[in-house]
Amino acid sequence: MVDYPIVKTTDIKAAVDALKQKFPDAIQDDTRQGYGGIIVDKNHLVEVATALRDDFGFDYLSSATAVDYLGISDHMEMVYHAYRTAGGPALVFKAQTPRDKPEIPSLINVWPGADFQEREAWDLYGIKFPGHPNLKRILLWDGFDGHPMRKDWQEAYYEEDHKPFESRWPGGWVHRAEERNIYGKNVKYPADFDLSKLSDTSEESHYADLGLGVSVQKLADESHIKTDRLVVNMGPHHPSTHGVFRMIVTLNGETIEKLEPVMGYLHRNHEKIGERNTFLHNMPFTDRLDYLSSMGNNLGYALAVEQLLANGARYQPPTYRAECIRVLMVELTRIVNHLWAIGFLLNDLGAFFTPALYAIAEREKILDFFEATAGSRMMCNYMRFGGVFKDLPERIRGEATRVNDLVRDYDTMEFLTELINERLPRSIDELDQYLTDSEIIKSRTVGVGYLSPEMAIAYSAAGPLLRASGVPYDVRRADPYSIYPELDFDVAVRYNGDIYDRYLIRLDEMRESLRILKQILPRLERTRGEAIFAGNKQHTPRVPLGEAYGRVENPKGELGFYVVSAGDEKGPQNPWRYHVRAPSFISLTALGPMCIGHKVADVVAILGSIDIVLGETDR
Amino acid sequence: MYGQGILKGLWVTFRHFVNTYVDDIRYAGRKYLRQENFAIRQGLKAQGAFTVQYPDEKLAVPERFRFTPFLVVNDPDHPEAPGDDWCTSCGICAKVCPPQCIWIVRGSDPTTGRPVPQPEAFFIDIDICMNCGFCAEFCPFDAIKMDHNYELASYDRTSHHIHDKQYLSRPLSYWKTIAPTTALEEAVARGGWEHPDVLKAMKKAGQTAVTPTWDNMFTKPEPAAKPLPPAESADEDPAKAERLRKREEALARKRAAEAGEPAQPAAAAVEASAPAPAAPTADKPKFDKQAMLEKIRQRKADKG
Amino acid sequence: MPTLDLRELHNTEFPVPDEMQGNIAITSLSRIYNWSRRSSMWPLLFGLACCAIEMIATAAARYDLSRFGMEVMRASPRQSDLMIVSGTVTKKMVVPIVRLYNQMPEPKYVLAMGACASGGGPFKEGYNVVSGIDMYLPVDVYVPGCPPTPQALLHGLIALQKKIDGQSLANFDDVPWYGVGPSEPTPIPILGPDIIDPRQMDLIRQQAELAAAGKPYGVRDLPPTIKPEPAAAPKVPAKTAAPAAEPDDPEKAARLAKREAALARKRTAQGEQPTETPAPAAEPAAGDQAAPKKFDKEAMLAKIRERKAQKES
Ligand code: SF4
Ligand code: SF4
Ligand code: SF4
Repeated sequence: MVDYPIVKTTDIKAAVDALKQKFPDAIQDDTRQGYGGIIVDKNHLVEVATALRDDFGFDYLSSATAVDYLGISDHMEMVYHAYRTAGGPALVFKAQTPRDKPEIPSLINVWPGADFQEREAWDLYGIKFPGHPNLKRILLWDGFDGHPMRKDWQEAYYEEDHKPFESRWPGGWVHRAEERNIYGKNVKYPADFDLSKLSDTSEESHYADLGLGVSVQKLADESHIKTDRLVVNMGPHHPSTHGVFRMIVTLNGETIEKLEPVMGYLHRNHEKIGERNTFLHNMPFTDRLDYLSSMGNNLGYALAVEQLLANGARYQPPTYRAECIRVLMVELTRIVNHLWAIGFLLNDLGAFFTPALYAIAEREKILDFFEATAGSRMMCNYMRFGGVFKDLPERIRGEATRVNDLVRDYDTMEFLTELINERLPRSIDELDQYLTDSEIIKSRTVGVGYLSPEMAIAYSAAGPLLRASGVPYDVRRADPYSIYPELDFDVAVRYNGDIYDRYLIRLDEMRESLRILKQILPRLERTRGEAIFAGNKQHTPRVPLGEAYGRVENPKGELGFYVVSAGDEKGPQNPWRYHVRAPSFISLTALGPMCIGHKVADVVAILGSIDIVLGETDR
Repeated sequence: MYGQGILKGLWVTFRHFVNTYVDDIRYAGRKYLRQENFAIRQGLKAQGAFTVQYPDEKLAVPERFRFTPFLVVNDPDHPEAPGDDWCTSCGICAKVCPPQCIWIVRGSDPTTGRPVPQPEAFFIDIDICMNCGFCAEFCPFDAIKMDHNYELASYDRTSHHIHDKQYLSRPLSYWKTIAPTTALEEAVARGGWEHPDVLKAMKKAGQTAVTPTWDNMFTKPEPAAKPLPPAESADEDPAKAERLRKREEALARKRAAEAGEPAQPAAAAVEASAPAPAAPTADKPKFDKQAMLEKIRQRKADKG
Repeated sequence: MPTLDLRELHNTEFPVPDEMQGNIAITSLSRIYNWSRRSSMWPLLFGLACCAIEMIATAAARYDLSRFGMEVMRASPRQSDLMIVSGTVTKKMVVPIVRLYNQMPEPKYVLAMGACASGGGPFKEGYNVVSGIDMYLPVDVYVPGCPPTPQALLHGLIALQKKIDGQSLANFDDVPWYGVGPSEPTPIPILGPDIIDPRQMDLIRQQAELAAAGKPYGVRDLPPTIKPEPAAAPKVPAKTAAPAAEPDDPEKAARLAKREAALARKRTAQGEQPTETPAPAAEPAAGDQAAPKKFDKEAMLAKIRERKAQKES
C-alpha cells in the first residue's frame, strides 16, 4: 500500500466540512433536488483538488465528465468523482461554466488520469481546459463539425429528442432513415461548407508535435531529413490491437520514445443515443460496451438507475434470489473475460492461437448457460431495474429437435455444479500449468511494462492493472454492492506491476471468482422458487430527479455509470445525461508512460496486458 | 532446470492431443456412429471442445434464444378464426424497442374509421434490430415472440431485411414447437391456450377454458359453443407420459409456491439454513459438491 | 473439406456411371475453378466490434472454420480473398476499410456480418456510424443478427460459397477481373466536417450552392405514405410452421401434416402459390444463379471489346 497522509475523516461529510473551512468562498453545497456533493468555484478548482488529494486522501479520480444543462440552468458543468484507495464512498465535486465560452482549468497535474477524460469533454462538449498540454480531439477526427454531445447539436438522422418516436405508431409506415437524406447516407454538411479545401486534415494534428511534417510539400522542400527517429503507425488494422485501436509510436532504433494512442475508430455514439433512449432502452446498449462481459455492464447500469429509483416512493429493491443470480452471472462473466484476456495476451506474445483456443474452449460452456438463461451468448441483456429478466431455467435445453434435446438436456443446477466444481477449475489449473512456468513467457513478460503503485493510482488505472501494481483496491470490497459483503473472498493483489503479474492476477481472480461461485450455489438452491422481482417489472418507469453514480468491479476494472435524471418535474423517462466511466478507456492513459523505453515488440504485449475492449474504449 | 516450464507446457498440449483420441476410444466410436451421439460429444462429460459439424449437425438453440421477432397468429386449423392476428396493435413493443425498429400501422374499420385491435401493417427492420427481446418480454398479449431461426443470410438487403406482417406471422403452434415450456408457462398465466381477449370473452359468457397442460398443447381447440371435453390422457408412450407428468407436477408445485407462502425475508433465510454439515472444521462454509449433487438428485426423486 | 469428394465436381451434363462416381469427375472449367476458389477462401484477419468476437468463436475449436478452408486468416489484405466486415463501421474507420479493400487482390468478396455492417444496426442513428458498409463497398452476402451466432455466420459463409458456385467464367459480369486492365479502386472517403464520399461530389456541390443561396438543403421529403403493395413483399416464401415432426410419434406427425395442408389451403385461398418446403432466405436467390450459363465465346469477346471501348472513350 502507498502511504498517503490520510486525514482520518472516513465520513464524506466531515471531509466536506473541513474543506469548507479551508476554502470558505470556493465551495457550496449542491442543493439541487436529488444531487449531492459540492460545487467548486472553477477559479479555485485546482487548489481544492490538490487539497482533496493531499490532505484528505482522495487520491483516486474515478470519473470526470461533462454535462450540458441547456434549457434547465443553461450552463455546462464538469462532474468529478474522487475516491480514496483505502475504500469508502465518493466525494463528488463539480465545476460550472457558461455555455457560450466554456472553460474549466485542467486537473491533469493533480490527477494525470484526467487526461483522456478532459480531452473527451473537449471533443464532445467543446469545453476548454487551460493547462492541458495536449487538448485535441480524441474520439472524433480533427475538422469534425461541432461538438456532438451538446444538447443543441443534431445528427444527420435526427428524428426527435426522445424515444419512443412518434412515427413508429400508430401510423408507422416503414422507411429507412437514409431515404430522408439527400445523400442517402448518414451525413450532413454545414451550410458554410468550404468545398475548395477538401484535403483530409484529420491526421495532421497527430504528427504535428513529432517534429516530422507529414505534408508532402514540406518533405519535398527539405533536401535532407536528418533524424534517427522513426514514426510507426500500429493500427487501426493490426492483428494485435484487440480491435480497431491505433498507436503512433516514435522509435529510436527499436526503442520506444513516445507512444500516442489514437482511438475513436469504434466511437458509436453510445452516450448521445443513450440520452435519447428511455432508461430501459439503455440496458441492451450496455451489453455492447464491453461486449465480453455484458452481464457486468448490465449490473452497473442497473445499480445506477436503482439508486435513482430508490428515491421514489414505489420502488422495491431486488429480492435476495435476484441478487444471488446477479452475482452468479457477474462472476461467470469475470471468468469468461479473464480466460479471453489470458488467451489473447498469449496471442500478442506470439503464441498464436493455441493458448487462446484452450482458454476459450471452456467459455463455450458458460455461454451455453448464458444462452439458456438470458437468450443470447454475448448480448445478455439480463438485468432489469429491481430484478433480472427471468429466473434460471429448469433445464439447459432447446426443444427444436430431438438431438438437440439430448445435447443440452441438463438440469441447470447440475450443470452449474459440474461446471463450477469440475470443469472451470480444471481448465484454469491447466492454463496455469501450461503457461505460468514457461521460460519464454517469463522472459517476455517479467519486468516489462512496469507500472508503479503511485503511477497506477495517479493515472486512474483500474481493475487487474491497478491490483497487479500492489494496490488492493476492488470496488466489491472498497464500496460494496449487491451481496458481496456476505461473501467470503479475497482481493487478489500482486506487487511487481509488470505484464507477468498482470497475467498471474487474472488467474488469481478467476480462482477467487470460483470461490464466490461455490458459495452462490447453495444460496441458489435455498432460494429456489422464490420470486425474482419484489415489485412489478416496468418498461417505462418514471425516474425521480437527481444524479447517481453506479459503479461495479467489472473484469476490466471499475465500470461506472453516471446517470442524471432531469428536466421533467414528474420524473423523466429518459436520462438527461448518461455517461460511462469505461475502465478500458481510462486505463489506456497509462499506456504511453508504461511503454517508454521498451522495445516495439513489447508494446503489443503491454497493450494485451491492460486488456482493453474497443466497444468500451470508444463507446 | 531451464526449459522445464516449456516442457510442462508442451505436456499440456500433448495431453490435449491425446485426450481427443482417448475420448474417441472410450466411447468406442459411438460418438460418430449415430446422430444421437452428438450429445456425448457436446456434453459435459466429453473432454475438451468438439466441433459441431455445421451444417450437417446443428447445435440447436435453447428455448429462450432470441434472434429476430415474429408475430403470433392463430393456427390455420383454428375452428373459428384461423390465421387471426394476436397482435392488437397496442404499440407497446414499438415503444420499448430500443433502436426503434418496429413500425406499426394501427388497423381501422374501413367504414367507421375507428381503430380496431388488429394491425394493418407491421414492419421490423432487422438491419436495426438488436435482438434484445424487449418486444416479446413486454407485449401484454403474448403476440410477438423471438424466433429461433438464425439462418437468414441473404444476397440483397433491400428486399429481404424489412420483415413485413406477412413474413412475420407464424402460427401459434410454431411457437409451441420451438419453445414448449415457455409457451406452456405463458398459457398457464393467461389461463388457456387462446388469445387473452378470447379467454376474457369466454369468461364473460360463463365458459371455462381448458387448463393448459402438456397433453392438450396440440389439441385442436373446440368450437366455443360445444361443451368442452375433458383433457385427454397422456400418450401411450409410458416414458413420455412419465416425463410429462413430472413436468406438470413441477409446474403445479411452483404455482402453489408462488401463491402460497410469501417469500421469506432474504437475509433471515441465509442465516437460517446452515452451511453444509460436512464442514464444521473450516470457519467458512466449505462447498461440498457431493452434497450438492445429492440434494439436486433428492429433489428430483421427490418430484418423481 | 476434409477429403476431396469428386462428386462435388460432377457436371450435370455428363452423367457419370454410378460405380465410377467416386473415382472420376467430368467437369467444366467454371466448375473446377469455382470449386477451388470457394474451398480456400482466406478471410482478412480483421475485427471491428462485438461481432468480431463471434467471428473468432467461429474460427475456434467448436465451430472450426477450417472445415471450409477458411482457417487461414491473413493479416495482410494482399493475401486475402474475403473481407468479413464484423461489426459497426464508423465514419472514422471506413477510410481504412476502403483502403484495405482496395489492397485486396481480385477476386474478392465482402461479407457483412451483423446488423451493424449490413445496415447500421442499433447504433444507426449515431453521428459517427455508417449505415451499412454497402454504402461504400459492394457486399456479397449479408448475415443479419446482433450478433449472428457462429452457426449463423457459417450459414452466411455457405451462402457465399453457393454464390461462387453459381458464377460462370462464361459470364463477364461474374468475373470482371478477367477483363481489361486493373479494376478501378473504390474512391477513399475523406474526413471533412463530416465524411465525404468522393463519388458524391457533384451532389454535395449542388447542395452547397443551395445552402449558400439560403435555400433549404440536405433533406429529402418522403413520399407521403408508402403503402407497399402485397406483391412487393419480400420474395421469400413464408416459412411453414415447424421442422418438428418427430418420426416416432405418428400422431403428432399426422397433426403436423394436417396443419400443413390447412396452411397450404389458406394460402391458395389468399391467391398465393403454395410453398412446398421451408427454405432459408438465401436459397431462392442462390438458385437463380446456380446454373452456370453455357460459354458463349462470341458474346464474351463482344462484351470485352465493348468494355474496352468504354474505357478508352
Ligand atoms: S405489444 Fe404485442 S399486441 Fe401490442 S402492438 Fe406489439 S405485438 Fe401487438
Ligand atoms: S428484439 Fe429488441 S430491437 Fe428487435 S424488434 Fe424487438 S425490441 Fe426491437
Ligand atoms: S450487429 Fe450487434 S453485435 Fe454486431 S457489431 Fe453491431 S451491435 Fe455489435
